[in-house]
Amino acid sequence: MSSVLYDAQGPRAKRRNVIFSVVFIAALAAVLWWMYDMLEEKGQLEWVLWKPFFTGTEAWSTYLWPGLQNTLKAAALAMVIALPLGAVLGIARLSEHAWVRVPAGVVVEFFRAIPVLVLMIFGLALFSEYTNVNTDDRPLYAVVTGLVLYNSSVLAEIVRAGILSLPRGQAEAALAVGLRKNQVMRFILLPQAVTAMLPAIVSQLVVIVKDTAIGGAVLTFPDLMAAVSPMSAYYGANVIASFTIVAVIYILINFALTTFASWLEGRLRRGKKSTGAVLGVDAVDELSAPGDHVDVTHEVEKGP
Amino acid sequence: MFDFLEGYDLWEAFWTTVQLTVLSAVGSLIWGTMLAAMRVGPVPLMRGFGTAYVNIVRNIPLTVIILFTSLGLNQTFEVTLGSDQINTTNFRLAVLGLIVYTSAFVCEALRSGINTVPVGQAEAARAIGLNFTQVLTLVVLPQAFRSVVGPLANVLIALTKNTTVAAAIGVAEAATLMKEMIENEAQLVLISAVFAFGFVCLTLPTGLILGWVSKKVAVKR
Repeated sequence: MSSVLYDAQGPRAKRRNVIFSVVFIAALAAVLWWMYDMLEEKGQLEWVLWKPFFTGTEAWSTYLWPGLQNTLKAAALAMVIALPLGAVLGIARLSEHAWVRVPAGVVVEFFRAIPVLVLMIFGLALFSEYTNVNTDDRPLYAVVTGLVLYNSSVLAEIVRAGILSLPRGQAEAALAVGLRKNQVMRFILLPQAVTAMLPAIVSQLVVIVKDTAIGGAVLTFPDLMAAVSPMSAYYGANVIASFTIVAVIYILINFALTTFASWLEGRLRRGKKSTGAVLGVDAVDELSAPGDHVDVTHEVEKGP
Repeated sequence: MFDFLEGYDLWEAFWTTVQLTVLSAVGSLIWGTMLAAMRVGPVPLMRGFGTAYVNIVRNIPLTVIILFTSLGLNQTFEVTLGSDQINTTNFRLAVLGLIVYTSAFVCEALRSGINTVPVGQAEAARAIGLNFTQVLTLVVLPQAFRSVVGPLANVLIALTKNTTVAAAIGVAEAATLMKEMIENEAQLVLISAVFAFGFVCLTLPTGLILGWVSKKVAVKR
């Protein structure tokens, strides 16, 4: 056991650890007791309020499942549309021609700097003023529009980082055997970059799933988040129970995605087929801040 | 051309956004540092708590957290955070929600910073006889802080954008005003452009300045 911060522990340090643990448990227990006391006082722990979720399927079939379906639908649509768009923008940003590279860069930096909610509000108004999309469908369209505009620019950065993470020899060799630039990109770089990017793309899905909830709260998009208020109104103000169930569902979905992404990353790193460059799960957070043009290759971890 | 702006206090709305950002940034820096300290510390129980906190909170949408502070904490438990005005209460609840959420990301950024310091450095420091405090304050933390400026800048920018979620509980910040203006005025594109420009003005300089700083102070390895 060795860490940057501390050595393997001797008897005195171990004793100190025990004291710290006891104090920490006491503090934690105090907080938990305070929460329990508050829940009890407001009658939020009564079985009646929790019953709908554990016995019977009505709460699930009426509120949770339709909401969850909408959440997943919006997330899937956003992902499917944003991915090709992001790929195009990311590749355009790597172009040798300034007239392609600069506009793509401006678009990417612009949409990355704007909150998703602002883009969603814009989308909602856009669809109500300039199109004849059905009123019921508008929130879904708006949510997907907002998510696509934002996430395609984030995905563009991931694609760019993925392509830059490949060894330079790949493109050089391909050019040397006489492929054209567009062939190099399509046959050599992109297929390898996609493999390298997969974990980062999967973990971007977590961000998308979480962002759909903004639409549920602000744009009357009937998603999992929006199911909370009608549900707690119907079952007699079981606000805490409803929130808990909804939060647990979100956690389960996102945790599954995160775990899958890490598994994928490990598998790709171990794999022999790729060049060993993998854009890790954390790469999304690590990408440069808007407007900052650090060399992304530094932030991409190379495999063994 | 911009006469639709009359009657709306754009500065006030963006000022609220800035206030939300700054207060939440300070709060999540404090709570996030404490979490990071737990996660890298030698006490297994605290490590477990830190890990559980980060993994749970990172996977809950911010919207759920912020709405919970309003519907759960405020309306069910009657927590008012020391204010009898609903607007002030909502503002403070939004800050609380943002801190709870953002500190998980701050914690991860700080932890990754500590992890970038090679173990050999600390070992060398111990070998020349420095004690734990000296190792921490003279060798590890200075390098760790220098390497997390970039990631923390990203967290700050994400936080600036996330403050718009406070619109869900009616805090009068930029996104709330934008929604109101779009409903009342027939100037969709211009209004959106104004708000987009406002956010670009908030986030782009932050990214540029902190990006420059992070490159300036980065430890070359």
